[in-house]
Amino acid sequence: MGDTQYLQGTVLNEEIECSLAEICRLCGVTAEQIHEMVEEGVISPQGLSPTKWHFTTIEIIRVQTAVRLQKDLQINLPGCALVLDLIEELEELRLLKRRLT
Amino acid sequence: MEYKDYYQILNVSRDATQEQIKQAYRKGARKFHPDVNKSPEAEKKFKEIGEAYEVLKDPEKRTAYDKFGSHWQNGQDFEPPPHWDAGFQFGGTGYTGADPTGFSDFFETLFGRAQFDGRQRHHTTFRMKGEDQHAKVMLNLRDAFHGTKQTLTLNRPVVDNQGHVITTPHTLHVAIPKGIIEGQRIRLEGQGLPGVGGSPAGDLYLDIAFQEDDLFHAEKRDIHMTLPITPWEAALGASVTVPTLAGNVTLKIPKGSQGGKKLRLRGKGLCTERQKGDQIVTLRVVVPEAVTDEQKQLYTTMAKLMPVNPRQKMGA
Repeated sequence: MGDTQYLQGTVLNEEIECSLAEICRLCGVTAEQIHEMVEEGVISPQGLSPTKWHFTTIEIIRVQTAVRLQKDLQINLPGCALVLDLIEELEELRLLKRRLT
Repeated sequence: MEYKDYYQILNVSRDATQEQIKQAYRKGARKFHPDVNKSPEAEKKFKEIGEAYEVLKDPEKRTAYDKFGSHWQNGQDFEPPPHWDAGFQFGGTGYTGADPTGFSDFFETLFGRAQFDGRQRHHTTFRMKGEDQHAKVMLNLRDAFHGTKQTLTLNRPVVDNQGHVITTPHTLHVAIPKGIIEGQRIRLEGQGLPGVGGSPAGDLYLDIAFQEDDLFHAEKRDIHMTLPITPWEAALGASVTVPTLAGNVTLKIPKGSQGGKKLRLRGKGLCTERQKGDQIVTLRVVVPEAVTDEQKQLYTTMAKLMPVNPRQKMGA
């Protein structure tokens, strides 16, 4: 098994930055959907206007999660924003609990 | 194949109304959605619930399923009686909502293949990019620190030579680079579900999560650890050996340290070429038990020589 080919993927880490077109392609959504998600506060990209927007891993993961929550649980966008914020808070609390025990 | 007790999976009685089934599904889907529920079992449970709902929400499939009777146990070895599906047609509804890639052999044998087959014939000119697929990868901290190679097995649908769509295990070998952290994803372009009508395949995303570790825990790139020390090491200072993900290192404890003090080992966290993490060591002073008279005497002497009121700020 010495000649097994290992796939090298792209790590979505803190160095990744992408444009509106790229995030649409990565997440399989339309530009309109991204606009709506920005309006509802699901994501907050850097940059003042849509042509200058850039998105990081945090936004990519939040968009992908929002798409799944919409599809699987029929949650609307304000609901997705709330769920994502609560998941984030829950993660922080879990880490805090881990640190204290 | 194993019998699936869809009523038990949804936690409803066999005479539940369609409304009760829908409510039970919604409740279970919210509870076990893999984005919401972080337990490793959640994804499997979520798919089971989706599969159960796929059958029970459809009156025709439910009636056919009910014909097997109520004496079967979940997981029991099962073969459907011949012509069990005579008089039923399952082509109409399709997979609404649920992700069919994780459905059981039980479901596929009963409902899966006929349906895809119908679809295949009716939509020959249909073109669509394959769906993206997500898989959770549990790493231990050492592998995340050093980088690792993983072999994953995912279920994915393929078309067999009779034109039926069946799910088969698909094995992937993936290199995980060093310094990956929890919550990050690895995108493998074109490794998702195949496209329809000659369109490109979707992408596969590996969602990284960490296994619990007895010694260490990660917060973003930093590794936290609690280090027990003696009162004299804390008071007088000492050089002690500390485990890190990179192996043992020597840590200098400054004299006069108190329990709870944090010391930072630079670069011993989860690092990539450009991103650096540290190991953060929190000191915990272990008080030796006084057993013999001589040991008790020692504490009494300390009390005399080093009077201290640690509760001063409490006004006591």
